[in-house]
Amino acid sequence: MSLAQLQHLSKTYALGQLRVQALTDVSLQLQPACFTVLSGPSGSGKTTLLNLIAGIDRPDQGNVCIAGQSLQQLSDNALTDFRARHIGYIFQNFNLLPVLSAFENVEYPLRLNQTPAAQRRKKVMALLDAVGLADKSNHRPNQLSGGQRQRVAIARALVHQPLLVLADEPTANLDSQTGAQIILLMRELQRQQKTAFVFSSHDPQVIASADHLVLLKDGHLQSPQPLQEAV
Amino acid sequence: MIALALRNLWRNQRRSATTLLAMMIGMLSILLFGGYSRTVYYGLETDFVGRSGHLQLQRKDYFWFGSGDPQGYSLQNYTELVTEIQQDPVLAPLLRVVTPVLQFGGIAGNFDAGLSKLVIVQGVDVEGQIRLRQWNDYQLAITPELLSIDPAAPDQAEIGIGVARMLQLCTQLALKDCPQAEAGSAATDAGTLSADISALAAMTAPQSTTASRDQTGARLELLAASTGGAPNVSRLQINRAVTTGAKELDEVYLAMQLKQAQTLLYGEAGQRVTALQIQLQHSADLELARARLQHLIDSRWQQQTLEVHDFQTLNPAFGQITGMFSAIFGFITILISAIVLFTVGNTMSMAVLERTVEIGTLRTLGLRRSGIRRLFVSEGLLLGLTGAVLGTLLALLLASLINQAGFAWLPPGSSNPVPITIRLWGEHQMLLSISLTVVLVATLSAWWPARRAAQQDVVDALRYV
Repeated sequence: MSLAQLQHLSKTYALGQLRVQALTDVSLQLQPACFTVLSGPSGSGKTTLLNLIAGIDRPDQGNVCIAGQSLQQLSDNALTDFRARHIGYIFQNFNLLPVLSAFENVEYPLRLNQTPAAQRRKKVMALLDAVGLADKSNHRPNQLSGGQRQRVAIARALVHQPLLVLADEPTANLDSQTGAQIILLMRELQRQQKTAFVFSSHDPQVIASADHLVLLKDGHLQSPQPLQEAV
Repeated sequence: MIALALRNLWRNQRRSATTLLAMMIGMLSILLFGGYSRTVYYGLETDFVGRSGHLQLQRKDYFWFGSGDPQGYSLQNYTELVTEIQQDPVLAPLLRVVTPVLQFGGIAGNFDAGLSKLVIVQGVDVEGQIRLRQWNDYQLAITPELLSIDPAAPDQAEIGIGVARMLQLCTQLALKDCPQAEAGSAATDAGTLSADISALAAMTAPQSTTASRDQTGARLELLAASTGGAPNVSRLQINRAVTTGAKELDEVYLAMQLKQAQTLLYGEAGQRVTALQIQLQHSADLELARARLQHLIDSRWQQQTLEVHDFQTLNPAFGQITGMFSAIFGFITILISAIVLFTVGNTMSMAVLERTVEIGTLRTLGLRRSGIRRLFVSEGLLLGLTGAVLGTLLALLLASLINQAGFAWLPPGSSNPVPITIRLWGEHQMLLSISLTVVLVATLSAWWPARRAAQQDVVDALRYV
């Protein structure tokens, strides 16, 4: 059974007075514990599709259904709560809260889910240890390198054991070596936690690590193609 | 949430400090003026309560018509009333002074100089009146102007400085800044008038050791209409001329012994007064005392048609002056609140703009719109709280410095300069209400930017550059 079903998704954006068709009739199924990469050129609709899956945007047409829950039927608060419980998100620019330490950044989703303090501490330290930053738990984001910040962001996305982790170009702001380390780390954590990962990326390293590749072009889903050809 | 809000404020230290500074200066302005106003209120209250008591028991409608008919509106058995009030189980613990006063109009004459002047006479029990004027419940740094009349000298009196000036008694009373008028036409008849009045005055003169035509010093004759309308005269030895703070009062004020005034108005057997002045230990008990007196009026003293008035009714100037200060205080508060509103609002608007991506991130992580709103409102609240606390501390410090500097001024209704005092310490209600106002305004001013932050589209917020 699929984890997420995307049915006939269409999305149009207003760009000044122009209407831009970001996605057109995209249907897709995402499998549990699977490493899926959304790839395609800039403007192909990768981030839009990721936003729709994350529930931070709503489609003009179609429906996103995750673990049997149709996101279209949820109110704004219910959708926000759904994200807090079931979605992890890794941003291209890390988007750590600058006033919080690494520990507190990772802890934040647990606070939103009202996890007791003792459990929070245990889970956060375990994740920070897993991403190799246990010794930097008190560091603020501005005291960490780009790679370290992205590790904190990964820990934050996984700490509440979501059904689905979404990552928008997670290696775009990292050098290739650090990017490769981050991909390996995410792969490792994905295997350990058996969480489904969905990336938007046109980084060959990321595409090469995918279990499943989805190609987008001009907002349309392309016919599936062999992974090696895509890479 | 509060910890996050606090860190966000700390993150923009310079902006937060500027906002706090504006709030502190605002608080300082409001509180210093408030503390100063409070001193004026207490000063006026002390002055009025010291002169007329907290409450006065009078014959019904004396307040409106009695000054023209002190006989018709007098209290006949006032000593019994005084005893009843002093022994009343409710009133007794509240009381400080109960003293009678007989007020009426008369003509004061320096007939040697052929001059006369309409005066308002207060016949008072000197000891009671001295005790009345010593009331200083608010511990103000003032010296009360006590009555100068010797209780043992029945014909002693004191007058307003205006009365002294008009009756040309300045030299005898050794008054400074008291211009001497050129002799008027009345002076030509002085000898004749003096003889007539002196003869009348001699008939009613008390056995006194201090007042005599042979004695030196300031003397005047007081002419009043006795019961039945016949004229009567009392010869008075003037001890002193005083300033009341108002020229109009200075030109009509005359205080004399109650017994002498009663004899002048009602004859030797006269035992009447126009009011009982009732002074309480504390102004806070005024309503309780008033209610009890009203109860006594309605029950035990029903036959006497009495009424009770408080010092604010008896002295309309009190309400006018305090009202004016309240209006200025309210205006300053509104003005400062508007400044706080815009300052904090601007600070929060800038914070929302700068943290747009952060807002998108928090929403993506699962923070509800209400959470975003709470976050920014909390920041406004914290700014308000910090500004209120620091502003209060600064105001207390500055007030203390001003109080110790020893500046003085002449307040309205006062005859002597009083030290400028900013009364803040102990004024918990004012400190609390102003602090709460500032906190509330700061919180409200953060609400609109907070609402705007919460309503942002998540995707647009994340894309914001």
